[in-house]
Amino acid sequence: MNDSPVLARKLEARLGAKVVDCTEALGETTIEVLPENWLAVARFLRDEAEFAFDQCMDVCGVDYLSYGSVEWDTTDVSSQGFSRGVEGKGAGRFNWSERPHPGHVAKRFAVVAHLMSLEHNQRVRLRAFCADDDLPSMPSLVDVWTGVNWFEREAFDLYGILFEGHPDLRRILTDYGFVGHAFRKDFPLIGNVEVRYDPEKRRVVYEPVSIEPRVLVPRTIRDDSRYEQARAEREAGTK
Amino acid sequence: MEEIRNYTMNFGPQHPAAHGVLRLVLEMDGETVVRADPHIGLLHRGTEKLAESKPFNQSIGYMDRLDYVSMMCNEHAYVRAIENLMQLEIPERAQWIRTMFDEITRILNHLMWIGSNGLDLGAMAIFLYAFREREELMDCYEAVSGARMHATYYRPGGVYRDLPDRMPQYKESRWHKGNDLKRLNQWREGSMLDFLEQFCADFPSKVDEYEDLLTGNRIWKQRTVDIGVVSPEQAKAWGMSGPMLRGSGIAWDLRKKQPYAKYAEVDFDIPVGTNGDCYDRYLVRVEEMRQSNRIIQQCIAWLRANPGPVIVRNFKVAPPGREEMKDDMEALIHHFKLFSEGYCVPAGETYAAVEAPKGEFGCYLISDGANKPFRCKLRAPGFAHLSSMDEIVRGHMLADVVAMIGTYDVVFGGDRQVIGPGIGNRESGMVDAGSPQHSSFLSVAAVLALRFSIPHSLFSAVKP
Repeated sequence: MNDSPVLARKLEARLGAKVVDCTEALGETTIEVLPENWLAVARFLRDEAEFAFDQCMDVCGVDYLSYGSVEWDTTDVSSQGFSRGVEGKGAGRFNWSERPHPGHVAKRFAVVAHLMSLEHNQRVRLRAFCADDDLPSMPSLVDVWTGVNWFEREAFDLYGILFEGHPDLRRILTDYGFVGHAFRKDFPLIGNVEVRYDPEKRRVVYEPVSIEPRVLVPRTIRDDSRYEQARAEREAGTK
Repeated sequence: MEEIRNYTMNFGPQHPAAHGVLRLVLEMDGETVVRADPHIGLLHRGTEKLAESKPFNQSIGYMDRLDYVSMMCNEHAYVRAIENLMQLEIPERAQWIRTMFDEITRILNHLMWIGSNGLDLGAMAIFLYAFREREELMDCYEAVSGARMHATYYRPGGVYRDLPDRMPQYKESRWHKGNDLKRLNQWREGSMLDFLEQFCADFPSKVDEYEDLLTGNRIWKQRTVDIGVVSPEQAKAWGMSGPMLRGSGIAWDLRKKQPYAKYAEVDFDIPVGTNGDCYDRYLVRVEEMRQSNRIIQQCIAWLRANPGPVIVRNFKVAPPGREEMKDDMEALIHHFKLFSEGYCVPAGETYAAVEAPKGEFGCYLISDGANKPFRCKLRAPGFAHLSSMDEIVRGHMLADVVAMIGTYDVVFGGDRQVIGPGIGNRESGMVDAGSPQHSSFLSVAAVLALRFSIPHSLFSAVKP
């Protein structure tokens, strides 16, 4: 873990043009690759004795829609003072019928894999953005690490990312017959259907959710002097 | 000759040995399993999405409810991820307390495991033995946090409060009186550390009792030896961790290899199996209880000698004390901001993993600089383990499937959140409504119902 700057340099040197971006932050190494190199890089990282990432601990999807958006605005100043209207479009603020349809957003879906090498005791994070946001897809890593099977099924279920070459790409966590991909940022937090037992029909029935969407705390990003100061103090402390 | 066809059988979702609600569709050739298709997610609560909808601190309580038998270890991964992103320095005492409670949690988990796995395989007595000691440790949870299970005790920057000076005692009642009451309270005269010290002095003899019941037991060995053998290669390929990996002979433990909290400063050993069967994993877990006991003793010694703060004095992250709030306006404002808006975490991403009792529990956190996580992915060890079910269980007998579920030590909260048996709860479970306490009640009630009151006759055979 401690020699990750070394790892980052090594990876950059060995992978060359296959790496879009190689960063080293908080003691963790992240490499970003293109989807077409996803499988080759994964195989390379597993097989090269120098890296030997023999375990894939986690694969997950990420939806970058609304990254950096805020619901609490303090920048607009008028003669009446600050306008602090809460005008968010977070997942907790709409229901199924009013859900937004964001259209085309560049670099929306990513697949992130966390690899670990037992031999060298180090980790690396591998990320690739899906090329097409309307039908996101990524080559499956099942042939490289058998254990990613369910993790990819989960990413498919919750984000709708298709894994090409996956032997059994079914939903895994959501209900039989579920519609939509629950963890997308444009999927409502309250969900779309609820179930109850209907004593008259004597069976369980599905109905649209009856709960009102609500958000208790608006999403804010504070980037004022307090955080600047804390950062400066920290840097001064480390030197 | 009559045509003989395989038949498909539903195991669960309401079955006591399914440890929560696991629906296993088994294709059977007589009593031999040809194919196993686990259907999980019946308890999916969408914790990750919920965490993305609320300030960082408000999700700590949800972590307890993931794997509800190793509560504080889950919290540990989550708060470590936040601390990584914020680059917080944690007071030393808090780290020792965390180390101690991680190990208490490990014993709690393994006691639950040994009891319920014994029960699954027909050993009834062990359950009562294991729960006797579990009760004492849950009292420690209660003493520090007020809650027996869902503690919300770890906070970014330290722990909620220091260890109590007095261990709560049993009061006289119809069930506890006379000599019985005296015996129950004999360790509880002093502080929580005094109580734990006496517990730790006594606990190895209790582990001996469990071993007397099981280790040499012929039936136990018949049910576990050479059952569910996982080779080291398989263990790696399936992303296994914790006792599943160590049972197969790989000496890997995050506490040793990538130490966090105070694990680098305590002395303990990693038990490793040789055959990778259910029996080896049983032995590994039993030994882990003994090792955890050793670690707790070392933590007690340190904590006795070194008083100090248990949470950072940084009011942007941790609240000021009640007293300060009474006469300091600044402190009051900090308190208000912290509990309404929360704090903003610098943009970035991190993956923080801890060696939870079941294996590697990881929290992958992406922050875009807001007061809520942008993406919170929880990596539960049981999810990876259970995915190997089909491969491991193929060719075994039906009864061995139960042994295998037991040895995976899965908990469906850990595997994805808990709420009652209703499938549809998965969607309505995403509601941002009600306190975490509410859902915890449901989960505990569901588990108890499954474990204790539903008779063993819920196998249902379905002809194709």
